[in-house]
Amino acid sequence: MYQYDEIDQRIVDERVAQFRDQTRRFLAGQISEDDFRPLRLQNGLYIQRHAPMLRVAIPYGVLASRQLRKLAHIARTYDRGTGHFSTRQNIQFNWPQLEQVPDILAELATVQMHAIQTSGNCVRNTTTDHFAGVAADELIDPRVYCELIRQWSTFHPEFAFLPRKFKIAVNGALEDRAATWVHDIGLHAVRADDGEIGFRVIVGGGLGRTPMIGTVVREFLPWRHLLTYLEAILRVYNRYGRRDNKHKARIKILVKAMTPERFQREVETEWEQLRDGPNTVVSEELARIEARMVRPRYESLPDGVPAELQRALREDRAFRRWHERNVHAHQTPGYASVVLSLKATGRAPGDATAEQMDAVAELADRYGFGEIRVSHEQNLILPDIRQADLPELHAQLKDLGFATPNIGLLTNIISCPGGDFCSLANARSIPVAQAIQERFDDLDRLYDIGELDLNISGCMNACGHHHVGNIGILGVDKHGSEFYQITIGGNQAPARLGRVIGPSLGREEVPDAIEALIRVYLDVRQHAEERFVDVVERLGIEPFREQVYAQPEAEALYA
Amino acid sequence: MPDVIRNGRIEPDSYLRVDSLEGVDADADVLVPLSLFAAHHEALLALPGKLGLWLETTDEPGEVAQYLPLLDLVAVHFASFADGRGHSMARLLRERHGFRGEIRAVGDVFKETLFYLSRCGFDAFVLRPGENPEEALKGLDVFSEAYQASVERPSPLFRRRQATAPEEGQA
Repeated sequence: MYQYDEIDQRIVDERVAQFRDQTRRFLAGQISEDDFRPLRLQNGLYIQRHAPMLRVAIPYGVLASRQLRKLAHIARTYDRGTGHFSTRQNIQFNWPQLEQVPDILAELATVQMHAIQTSGNCVRNTTTDHFAGVAADELIDPRVYCELIRQWSTFHPEFAFLPRKFKIAVNGALEDRAATWVHDIGLHAVRADDGEIGFRVIVGGGLGRTPMIGTVVREFLPWRHLLTYLEAILRVYNRYGRRDNKHKARIKILVKAMTPERFQREVETEWEQLRDGPNTVVSEELARIEARMVRPRYESLPDGVPAELQRALREDRAFRRWHERNVHAHQTPGYASVVLSLKATGRAPGDATAEQMDAVAELADRYGFGEIRVSHEQNLILPDIRQADLPELHAQLKDLGFATPNIGLLTNIISCPGGDFCSLANARSIPVAQAIQERFDDLDRLYDIGELDLNISGCMNACGHHHVGNIGILGVDKHGSEFYQITIGGNQAPARLGRVIGPSLGREEVPDAIEALIRVYLDVRQHAEERFVDVVERLGIEPFREQVYAQPEAEALYA
Repeated sequence: MPDVIRNGRIEPDSYLRVDSLEGVDADADVLVPLSLFAAHHEALLALPGKLGLWLETTDEPGEVAQYLPLLDLVAVHFASFADGRGHSMARLLRERHGFRGEIRAVGDVFKETLFYLSRCGFDAFVLRPGENPEEALKGLDVFSEAYQASVERPSPLFRRRQATAPEEGQA
């Protein structure tokens, strides 16, 4: 991960001092609520249902063990002992006191962390593949470019007050694990035939109330033009994006209104004026960032399955399942990446207690190189584990409750905090997630169902990415009651948006509806490898709709 | 008349905003909206006093590009400080159109907004009513360094930084 130099540290420290001053003046009545709102939002501070909510940036999802320990300390000292990992690789604290937020930011600054631009109408935390730098299917490690974008976007003077929030995702592997097609800008790091590194640039994707798949505006942008091109896109958006209606203010609406072709021309015209200017990236800067990236010093290990691992795979069925689902191929021989499931039945998806965070930091130090990743699926990852250590690590993760072998399966539910915490939500998400997890708690059954992403959002802002879940659940408000709309056929990669199967359902009906969907799927799939999403693709939503709404108890409740 | 913060100092402001030619005092320094300027630029340019153009954030600075060298000042009016179009406008005035005169921010302008504005090319600020200019001045010095290229410092930090490896032993 990137190590701050003196300047990076000074900028973060000065931000803490600035926010301390702003908070003091707000509490003293010298800054109005209206003026303070955008200031606190640009430091990730919302006023929520119970208390302020503080969102801390985890740049491109990479954490050092000492940073995770600091997050645990903050959860314990300033919160009620829990943090919530979000779908944008950030962590949220739901119970801080406003007066203490400057102190929290000061604590974060001691471990090179901050909450800068984690909300507000500005460029947010850049996200990437949670296996960046370690995945076996990686073409380019995107993290140096993520850091370049982080620095460029931090306190960018021209783009601090955009029409709406702005999210950039970068991916550098064959599989898109960064949801690049549903971001304001998605970047695919690619290598041209002559070896030059560049980016496919996708603009105007997004979820929310108007979900859209992005448009490619440039197939190959050489790396040195990355920042000038981003500036051109942001400038066109900043000048022409709608500001009269916040629901029509995202760049996707502008791209659609202008048409992608005209938007692209506008960007290219603007870029012609900026290209080769001072913001053209120089190789010395990439080398400087690279030099400040602490890379693991891998041992030279033989390729193939070590004896300890082979034995455990043969003898221990639970281990074998966990290995199949939660262990990911590494690009270095003898190593693997391990996904810690924060989706055990009965827990709020993405939540971790201070004790669990400390324990994970300990495991990262003992078995890895002190590094942890946060995935947008709201799990934690130990990226660099010796394969021979996997059986021992598995035993420890079981004790911690992090070994649920459900990655890629139905109960690995992505969920926003929903109406239990979030003041934007129309409905609660967590109890729905828990009810579904309880219904599908049987591992044999879960494995039989196979790969299936189930995503839940408590409102149409879609923090739970419900549109790209194979099954998506959206909380809606009907006459003051919580209802849930179900979509099927959505997919993250390749990106596809789910289709609504019918009228929304009451909360009690949701597990039955999921049960009905699964029943149809198991009945009609042609073989075990045909996934749920494949069946929806083949047969459409009709057979599923019929089953869900054939249930008499559900019929009574939807009206 | 409210003061103006200009080049980091608090000074009295000589400009008067006028909305019609009749309102123009022959010797005054005047600030005119784009519509008035478009209709009467010959008469306005012939006035002996200083001439400033008042732009809304929805105006297109390219429309007046040919007149910019004849103007002393461009004021950009922020109905809300969160209207970032004004930030792009100032950069375009400076970097694309080469405007060297004063660019002042007027409207919803206060301490917290000055830092970004100054980096986009604003060198003068008329604060909204009720703001303390001494306190607001401190808003220009909140940060001692910035990553990006800006109007006041066209070289981004990455071109000014020396390549340094992290100290050994830092985790």
